[in-house]
Amino acid sequence: MTVASEPPSHKGKRPSRLFKNWMAKLASLPMILTALVVFVGGTAWTVTYSFTSSRMLPKTSWVGFDQYERLWNTDRWIISIKNLGIYGICSMILTLVIGFSLAACLDRKIRFESAFRSIFLYPFALSFVVTGLVWQWILNPDFGLQNVVRGWGWESFTFNPLNDPNTVIYGLLIAGLWQGTGLIMCIMLAGLRGIDEDIWKAARVDGIGTVKTYVMVIIPMMRPVFITALVLIASGIIKLYDLVVAQTGGGPGLSSEVPAKYVIEYMFRAQNLGQGFAASTMMLCSVVIILIPWAYLEFGGKKRG
Amino acid sequence: MADMTTNTAAGPRGPKPKKAFSRGNIFLYGTLIVVSMYYLLPLYVMIVTSLKGMPEIRMGNVFGPPMEITFEPWVKAWSEACTGINCDGLSRGFGNSVRILIPSIVLSIAIASINGYALSNWKFKGSETFFTILIIGAFIPYQTMLYPIVIMLREIGLMGSIGGLVLVHTIFGMPILTLLFRNYFASIPEELFKAARVDGAGFWQIYFQIMLPMALPIFVVAIILQVTGIWNDFLFGVIYTKPATYPMTVQLNNIVNSVQGVKEYNVNMAATLLTGLVPLVIYFASGKLFVRGIAAGAVKG
Amino acid sequence: MSNILKSALLGTALTAATATAVMAEGVELEITHWWTSGGEAAAVSKFAEAWTATGNTWIDGAIAGSGGTARPIIISRILGGDPMAATQLNHGRQAQELIEAGLLLDLTDVAEAGGWADIVNPSSLLDACTLDGRIYCVPINIHSSQWIWLSHAAYENAGLDVPTDWNEFVASSGDLQAAGTLPLAMGQQGWQQNIAFGAITIAVAGLDAWKAVNIDKDADVARGPEYTAAWEAVANARELARESNVQDWNQATNMVITGTAGAQIMGDWAQGEFAVAEQVEGEDYSCLPGLGLNPVLDTGGDAFYFPVNDDADITAAQKELAALLISPETQVSFNLAKGSLPVRGDIDMSTANGCMQKGLDILADGGVLPSGDIAFSQDTTLQIEDLMAQFWSGDMSAADAQESYAQLIEDAD
Repeated sequence: MTVASEPPSHKGKRPSRLFKNWMAKLASLPMILTALVVFVGGTAWTVTYSFTSSRMLPKTSWVGFDQYERLWNTDRWIISIKNLGIYGICSMILTLVIGFSLAACLDRKIRFESAFRSIFLYPFALSFVVTGLVWQWILNPDFGLQNVVRGWGWESFTFNPLNDPNTVIYGLLIAGLWQGTGLIMCIMLAGLRGIDEDIWKAARVDGIGTVKTYVMVIIPMMRPVFITALVLIASGIIKLYDLVVAQTGGGPGLSSEVPAKYVIEYMFRAQNLGQGFAASTMMLCSVVIILIPWAYLEFGGKKRG
Repeated sequence: MADMTTNTAAGPRGPKPKKAFSRGNIFLYGTLIVVSMYYLLPLYVMIVTSLKGMPEIRMGNVFGPPMEITFEPWVKAWSEACTGINCDGLSRGFGNSVRILIPSIVLSIAIASINGYALSNWKFKGSETFFTILIIGAFIPYQTMLYPIVIMLREIGLMGSIGGLVLVHTIFGMPILTLLFRNYFASIPEELFKAARVDGAGFWQIYFQIMLPMALPIFVVAIILQVTGIWNDFLFGVIYTKPATYPMTVQLNNIVNSVQGVKEYNVNMAATLLTGLVPLVIYFASGKLFVRGIAAGAVKG
Repeated sequence: MSNILKSALLGTALTAATATAVMAEGVELEITHWWTSGGEAAAVSKFAEAWTATGNTWIDGAIAGSGGTARPIIISRILGGDPMAATQLNHGRQAQELIEAGLLLDLTDVAEAGGWADIVNPSSLLDACTLDGRIYCVPINIHSSQWIWLSHAAYENAGLDVPTDWNEFVASSGDLQAAGTLPLAMGQQGWQQNIAFGAITIAVAGLDAWKAVNIDKDADVARGPEYTAAWEAVANARELARESNVQDWNQATNMVITGTAGAQIMGDWAQGEFAVAEQVEGEDYSCLPGLGLNPVLDTGGDAFYFPVNDDADITAAQKELAALLISPETQVSFNLAKGSLPVRGDIDMSTANGCMQKGLDILADGGVLPSGDIAFSQDTTLQIEDLMAQFWSGDMSAADAQESYAQLIEDAD
């Protein structure tokens, strides 16, 4: 499925490679500047100041690894990481499974396809602030879901995830999935539409069942779709902040804290930039460790061959 | 579930159930309807609540339909809710949001589409490295970049202006948009590009005459993603502009997050729906184009 | 730009009021604050009215969500070289670095002309605005946190007398619970739990121990017997609030208003909620400063800072505004609307209600403590709040919490 054009420069037709591609380079200047100045520059700035005792304003008062030592001795940071782990794994798997399943359902020539699609997609248009607020409300034990089910006669029904430290993260997950699965469903649906119908014919001829065809044939063919979906989901998970603030505020206690919230609160509420930068550097490190090898395989190695 | 037919029409490619009321079909629609309820429940709660008066809300039961329908909360959210001493609701920020949205969309999509085009058709040494950096940039929590960006904007004299904000949106929209455009342009048959090259067409000629006309679907996707992101943005809007140019989300935040005094849930919900209206309309209007565009942009890699 | 400004302001009452003033060469000042609720907005409009009356223009930059949301915005704007003309910040140590970086206007001449040193009471408020002998902010009001609010309805339903201090409250809590009422309402947020902790500590551990820990940062005292008793009292309070699963403080206050909870420990701003619910002090609810045991109040509150500006006209206007904010008339009208105490002792607040009068009496008697904003850095405060959140919502033992707390005091700055 990959149709990458060979860049003309690789053909070596023209004598001056540097000169020949100059317009493309010029046109890419905004991207190069963004990558180097904002992302690399901004990150380097952040990492540098994580080794200082900067409080409200960035200052070059070096303290070595003190901020990191404090960070890893803080309960709240450890809790945040665990929470992000649970949320991240559940969210990643469920978003992919639900997104793909819904797309597969919609791809079966059903009636009202576009109505269903719009229903699944619309939450994506609403900001997290709103998502958090609405779900906080629906999950409220006193006048939300629990109250209604009890009103139906099931008196012992208990569903109060947001006030239980052990389950609050799943309360977040319900809201997060509601907001994010629609987009992934659309991407998956688009991927399914891109599958050649001959595949289905061949599967039928071979007598392979529907589910098996999806799992054995279709999904492997949709690798690029899954990768795009993964980038979208994963970048959303790492940045998880607004939803937590709006829905639980990190509570009860510290039981739904996440790393991005730690970073932001220590930067701005505690006015301890050094500590916030140390935490964000740790987040960045984990992203880089996961992404660099993958990015190399995905964007670097393959195309050069 | 095992019945399979082939179909030749464009559109759904999956196996089509034969009978309208087969077991599989009932199961399928049943599932979709149950799942739809999960997706629709919050919207229902928002709408119902926004039509209730405060006394009714205090009585509880968020799911009950309003006993007495009132549009007061909508009026209040749009034109009366107070932000500090200015009591003119969301209407104050609507114009600003539009003024921010349009140039941000145009600039960010123009740049990202050129990036994607250059990355897929005009690769140069290091281009993939810059691209990888961009993708990693998509994972950085925006908040950690606030101060560096403040310093950068100060140095180029754009701090506090809409221009600066447009630049910020362009920068932070760039990673995902570039990914989409790059994948899209890579899926356009190579032969077209080669033929144009043989005819002596240059970088911009090919971009404007061949690539752009073919790229409508992916532009729709890019517009949808950017409208959603920029319209719902609060953080950048409030930091990089001034009260006179604050977007609507600042008022929404002020209405929803006022911690003191009685929480007016009905006004909150009405404000929420009003703010979400612009992206929602664009979603419903774009419908099929969105899937087609994603099909082309996200799928081929 | 002025076109945009005008169109943005169009339709507000302000525009009509200032249309003529602008022509009379008034100065436009942009003021940032996070007062967005009904009572707060009413209070800030007193400032705006007073300022407009001088022929100038007040451009309102309200941002809801308290300091956590507003502060990065305010600081970014100041750092970005395009600051607002004036901004709210809690007084205390928050602005120290901005002052050191030369980003905030020196108000010493205004303060001297207005004789602030003589009129500001308690004087610690002015000290909090002072760095190296220069004054950089205007204290606006005083808020205190050491209050317990009691629901008369809850105690009447249980057939009990309304407690008059913390010990009575604890003693009666069993009977209250037996009557099906939650004794203590508590919002599940660290800062609220920290307020309760502070109030209980003053009541149980006593003033001397509190001062040793909070002012002298004496970790030994924090490990000592007075604080052990305090932590046990807090652990007990935790059990009394166990069934309270609300988040926002005003939801907790609402439980007291409706009588579903017996009491709440919260700052004086809770009064606004009772006022909105049209409850009468002494009939529907009681307020006990210092939990009825140690009638002292801390003196937190708000202050206005004025970022440096290179426009001489604006600088002059900033100083004019600074003088206006602390003038007697503005202080009275603002604080009556806000429910906070004025920063000057020489004005007539006789129209204030019973709880405010109690507060004013304590102020007049000098029963004041430095607030958390002044005693601790924001960093230490957030760490303590994190500990509180962990302690109140879990089952951490009082001894463990005491040790963690003492550790934080040891590292505090």
